[in-house]
Amino acid sequence: MSAAEVKLEFRTAIRDAIAEEMERDESVIFFGEDVAAAGGVFKATPELHGRFSEDRVFDTPISELALAGAAFGAAVTGMRPVFEIMFGDFMALPMDSLVNQAAKFWYISNEQGSVPLVVRSAVGGGGRFGAMHSQIHGTWFQGIPGVKIAAPSTPAEAKGLLKGAIRDDNPVIFLEHKRLYSVKGPPPENGQVVPLGKARVAREGADLTIVSIAKGVADSLAAAELLADDGIDAEVLDLRTLRPLDTETVLESVAKTNRIVAVEEGPRLGGWAANLLGTVSAEALHDLDDVWVIATDETPVPYSPPLEDAFIPSAESIAAELRDRLASSS
Amino acid sequence: MAEPQISTTARPQSAPADGKPAPDPAPYLAAYERMVLIREFETEIHRLFLKGEVHGTTHLSAGQEAVPVGVCMALEPEDYVAGTYRGHGHALAKGTDPEALAAEMLGRATGVCGGRAGSMNVIDLEHGLVGCFGIVGGSIAAATGAAVTARSRGGVAVAFFGDGAVNQGYFHECLNFAEVLKLPAVFVCENNFYGEFTPMQQVTAGRDIAARGAAFGVPSEVVDGNDLLAVHEAARGGVERARSGAGPTLLECHTYRHYGHSKSDPAAYRPKDEVDRWLARDPLDIVRDRLAKLGVEESDLDAAADRAQEQMRRASEAALAAPYPNPEVERATEFAP
Repeated sequence: MSAAEVKLEFRTAIRDAIAEEMERDESVIFFGEDVAAAGGVFKATPELHGRFSEDRVFDTPISELALAGAAFGAAVTGMRPVFEIMFGDFMALPMDSLVNQAAKFWYISNEQGSVPLVVRSAVGGGGRFGAMHSQIHGTWFQGIPGVKIAAPSTPAEAKGLLKGAIRDDNPVIFLEHKRLYSVKGPPPENGQVVPLGKARVAREGADLTIVSIAKGVADSLAAAELLADDGIDAEVLDLRTLRPLDTETVLESVAKTNRIVAVEEGPRLGGWAANLLGTVSAEALHDLDDVWVIATDETPVPYSPPLEDAFIPSAESIAAELRDRLASSS
Repeated sequence: MAEPQISTTARPQSAPADGKPAPDPAPYLAAYERMVLIREFETEIHRLFLKGEVHGTTHLSAGQEAVPVGVCMALEPEDYVAGTYRGHGHALAKGTDPEALAAEMLGRATGVCGGRAGSMNVIDLEHGLVGCFGIVGGSIAAATGAAVTARSRGGVAVAFFGDGAVNQGYFHECLNFAEVLKLPAVFVCENNFYGEFTPMQQVTAGRDIAARGAAFGVPSEVVDGNDLLAVHEAARGGVERARSGAGPTLLECHTYRHYGHSKSDPAAYRPKDEVDRWLARDPLDIVRDRLAKLGVEESDLDAAADRAQEQMRRASEAALAAPYPNPEVERATEFAP
């Protein structure tokens, strides 16, 4: 088997990124609930325990506020903590430490020091986990200056972005979509680190721009293939980060395609998609023939499989909505 | 309301009856000078607030000086502390320059945080102050995290917090976290018996903060927080324990604020006889009395107080003369590069 055929699993990419950064920099530490001995409930971090000393990789109590506070305090005193808040929904608990302590430190300290921490969580629906284990908390933090929010879409992106997040000197909210953990794909170029803040053109196209993050990128790419059968040539952008938000790449794409749809797994009101398109509209109204959002209903994530499947945008639902929209506007 | 009880568990160090040698008074004389500096600082900030020079709100720590000074006496310069929104004393006790701190209160460009932080959120990493936190309990987590660093790289982290913080998740989560990881932390509760306007006893189940620490297996002690020598002795024990790798300690220091909660609060809810009793136990008077019994001349005490007053006078003058930050040239960046 040639090197190009070696596939990397998303969850392994996460583990390898942490391990490589811990080997590279001994100030990197990793902790969370059941992440060490058990290797994580999604088996994303096996075998770090034992490979590194107990003061660098350790299990913690179920105390999200203490975890975030400990990461903040460790980060401002010279460590580079990576910690796991198991499900994104649990991020409601450590908000004070992340929002009031970590996010503000660089600014209010008058740039005396920075807060190089990464908080990883499993996010998103599709797993039948119900309303309190299926949310994507990126938008909870998008309005907070001082935090970065990253959401990888492929195994290579997971590894590159997590390495970039660990090397970043700012607090990073890292979103790992549950439905991506078992996805396999080509590994990144040797040691590739993806700096945070630059979007990626995942598919080039001329007729419209589809922009998304995380699993939404995979769904949008699949939708683009379905549309290609109808002669519609869609460009797909992977935002990679919700803050900072790379509107420049989006505007370049829109200048070419004149149509943009943002696909968000989450409610439209207060979501990143509507927020992005507000900026795009303000900056590029003259380029735009159409602007719209595909999002979820304005309810919590349902449990029952038919309800959940209908709730979350899929390749088929995205393609169907785009066909209708393009047909009615042409 | 149950009356605040002053603990008598702290052993009086100056009493020769217990057979221990009398302590060297020299460090305590320097500590007394620092306590006077804090009192002068708070008095000056109070005056400047009334003149409109200090903006928003401010929380004064006059009356509580013995706690941060006694604790910081037990620390090395590279050790960490985290303070509260009543944190001027925490910063000054750890070594923050009073001129830079006063300038911060005044919103000036020469402030320790360039005027970006203000009274409640001071950060001074050069002196190991990882922050003062405007949210009740935040200091507990910050010090817990600094102790994670200290566990690997050496040092001790101290959290200062009020009695109000012991009903926050931060307190319970972090004491447990620090104990199970055996972190080198000392948790210092400044129990001034009021959480904002509400008596501590009314809202604190069990009414015993030290007992809560003991429930986590954290050695916990009630300390006379108005007695510098008692605070120092208790802190030294906790710091030594932390350095030895044995884990955290909780010190519940009983003290009392001379002012209200914040600048909008005349503290009319406190009974006059209670206030009078505490004013009669002013920590500055107590340390003077203790040092006199150790043989320190009154003239040396007066000279120390004079130095602190003069230092504060000069600090205030310089801070008032400093420029405001200019929004036209301020070049804030959202992110560290």
